[in-house]
Amino acid sequence: MEIFGTWLAAFFTLGIISFLYKDNPWYKVSEAIFVGISAGYWFVISFWDNLYGKLYIGISEHGDYMLLVGAVLGFMMLLRLIPKIGWISRWPLSFVVGSISGFYLMNYFSSNVMAQVQNSILPFFSSSYGQPMFSASFEQIVGNIVVVVGTFTGLVYFFFSKEHKGAFGGMAKVGIWVIMITFGASFGYTVMSRMSLLIGRMDFIFGDWLGMIQ
Amino acid sequence: MRREIPLIITAVVGFVYVIQYFIPHYPFNNLNGWFSDWFSIIGACAIWLGALNLMRISFDKVYKKRRDWGYSIIIILSFALIVVIGFGGGRDFRDLGTNFDWLYRFIYTPLSATMFALLAFFVASASYRAFRARNLEASLLLVAAFFVMIGRVPVGDALVTKVAGLISLPIPDAVLPSKIATWIMNYINAAGQRAIMIGIALGIVSTSLRVILGIERAHLGGE
Amino acid sequence: MMKQDLIVYLGVLILALVFYFVITEPVVFSPTVSLILIGIIGLVLLYILIKTIRGQVFGRRTVFLFVGIAVVLPFFMSIRQDIKLSPEVEELYNAVMALQPGSKVLVSLDYDPPSAPELQPMAESFFLLCFRRDLKVIVMGLWPQGPQQAELAIQKILDRPEMASRNIRYGIDYVNLGFQTGNEFVIQRMGGSFRSMFSTDYYGTPYDSLPLVRNITNFNNIDFSFNLSAGYPGTIEWVQVAVDRYGVKLGAGNTAVQAPQVYPYLRAGQLTGLLGGLNGAAEFEKVTGVLGKGTKFMVSQSFSHVIVIAFIIIGNVAYFMGRKQETKKKQ
Repeated sequence: MEIFGTWLAAFFTLGIISFLYKDNPWYKVSEAIFVGISAGYWFVISFWDNLYGKLYIGISEHGDYMLLVGAVLGFMMLLRLIPKIGWISRWPLSFVVGSISGFYLMNYFSSNVMAQVQNSILPFFSSSYGQPMFSASFEQIVGNIVVVVGTFTGLVYFFFSKEHKGAFGGMAKVGIWVIMITFGASFGYTVMSRMSLLIGRMDFIFGDWLGMIQ
Repeated sequence: MRREIPLIITAVVGFVYVIQYFIPHYPFNNLNGWFSDWFSIIGACAIWLGALNLMRISFDKVYKKRRDWGYSIIIILSFALIVVIGFGGGRDFRDLGTNFDWLYRFIYTPLSATMFALLAFFVASASYRAFRARNLEASLLLVAAFFVMIGRVPVGDALVTKVAGLISLPIPDAVLPSKIATWIMNYINAAGQRAIMIGIALGIVSTSLRVILGIERAHLGGE
Repeated sequence: MMKQDLIVYLGVLILALVFYFVITEPVVFSPTVSLILIGIIGLVLLYILIKTIRGQVFGRRTVFLFVGIAVVLPFFMSIRQDIKLSPEVEELYNAVMALQPGSKVLVSLDYDPPSAPELQPMAESFFLLCFRRDLKVIVMGLWPQGPQQAELAIQKILDRPEMASRNIRYGIDYVNLGFQTGNEFVIQRMGGSFRSMFSTDYYGTPYDSLPLVRNITNFNNIDFSFNLSAGYPGTIEWVQVAVDRYGVKLGAGNTAVQAPQVYPYLRAGQLTGLLGGLNGAAEFEKVTGVLGKGTKFMVSQSFSHVIVIAFIIIGNVAYFMGRKQETKKKQ
């Protein structure tokens, strides 16, 4: 079964890679199986882990009857499949949107705004708060200045309510440089990531399947 | 009723989450717990909705014999296969060595992994055809990408030290590609990402507030 | 189906059969052969550069071919690379090493097989380090595939000879709580009670029947947390909820695509260490002293980066030469 499985996996791997040559039936078959299998995978997992493991066990064994409200809301969600009464799904949907909004409002503000602002404004000459004066290395000092200036000018660049002219325009210009370097770094990392995934697949083909790698 | 009740639900739930951030005590901690549980169950049902919808579309395509309907049959069959095996396996359906585990390792994993691995080819081809140092901004982008790409793999440092060794030029540690890449990531990248992060967060905060207050109603759709 | 397609399929099949049945031993190139191959690739790239300068644009299939070669060829070369530690990786390692034996570590695997080449080596070396240090590991996932990937990683680690004497037992030394839907709300709920979110573990065993977690109520009982993330939900959500609200100490391993985005958290001290992409995995393998796939793949990674850079340079040289010629013509 293992050998058959490996051959099957190789068949599908090459099927997807065949797209590089052109869109062809081998690719399309592999793609269709991928769509079906992954939808089914999520379907099964969400049943056992959630609807059974959490909802059913929660009610039947722990007597947590409040979970029934969730079950009703979940059922309403499924009614979307019936066009005539599909509007009922707006109830659970509005619950989801409300939850996310309330949750994000505070989390994003505290973690991504307040914490970031607080941690941009660091002591110039000491390595961190409470440390003696001049304990920071040269690299740290320069780095701290770069972070403060970079963050501030980057934000200035995103501020479109005022025309980018004069000193403000100058700051926005520095801001765009910082953003560009950031994008460059992200691009470099993206290349790294994509190549890693390909390396993983090729390792399977030449190693696990063909047995050509040590 | 079709609009008012959803608006009330959104507002109440949103407010509860905001309040419990400041007052994580009774009754808000209980409400928070219940809401999180319900959210989780709705999430599972949303997954079912997506999967069932896919089946509906696929059956429709087969029934009406639309273009490429044969592939829809494959979608339905593979969905049915994993669902039957998954449900039939009982609570231990995914233990190592089960049929479900076999499907996961030999079909699901190679298909999904290769799908994403394909992007490697396209990102490389796009770099060759479109990545040009047309002006200062583009050049900065290019130079940063260069240092990160070469600095994050061992070959960068190896090349620099080898070339420097050939012309017997002493290379200080600080200018090795790996050090430059680390510096870019930890300082300039951190600054730029932080600016983007703060900008996005402020956008999310204002949108969330509009949603909770009922000013933003796009999620309710048209009548 | 076109006749041409069939011929291509047949060709691939024959090639595969030849590789499978004829080449039964692993192929290893000697250093000389490797150098010659690298030289040939360099020459072909030079040829492409000259052609591009003369105005010929190579199709994407040429680039595809080179990427394929750059990734595959290094598998057969015996090249050693010196991997250097970055401060982010060192910070994570030090944080784990500072934990007392018996400390409880929560590991959330939030990724699926596509990201496994980058994250699986991190998971393996992290589990190994934990078991070696006698740390108690609690596994979970915000992605359904996460706990399944964890099983594969743990199984691989437990199969190592050095683990046999340690007698690592499920339920006592490690537990897999499985997956729950709800993204960041799962983390939020865990802040109040783990039990309410995970009534049963991955195998359906009730929470209270597991000796390791029986006495764990919430994050207060967790000494360190580690998150392997490939996107949403992942490290960002763990920082926002577990770290900033419940004061959990968190280290992370990210895919390279996501890693740059979490650097602000790292700088702000919201993250204790970061492994970014395959490079991070290789560095962590180096520091833990277990050379696995992360290290093995780094040679291919190096080559592929060089090829991408080479193509960017070719494209740019051609662009500038073309521009120069245009201005000359205008004059």
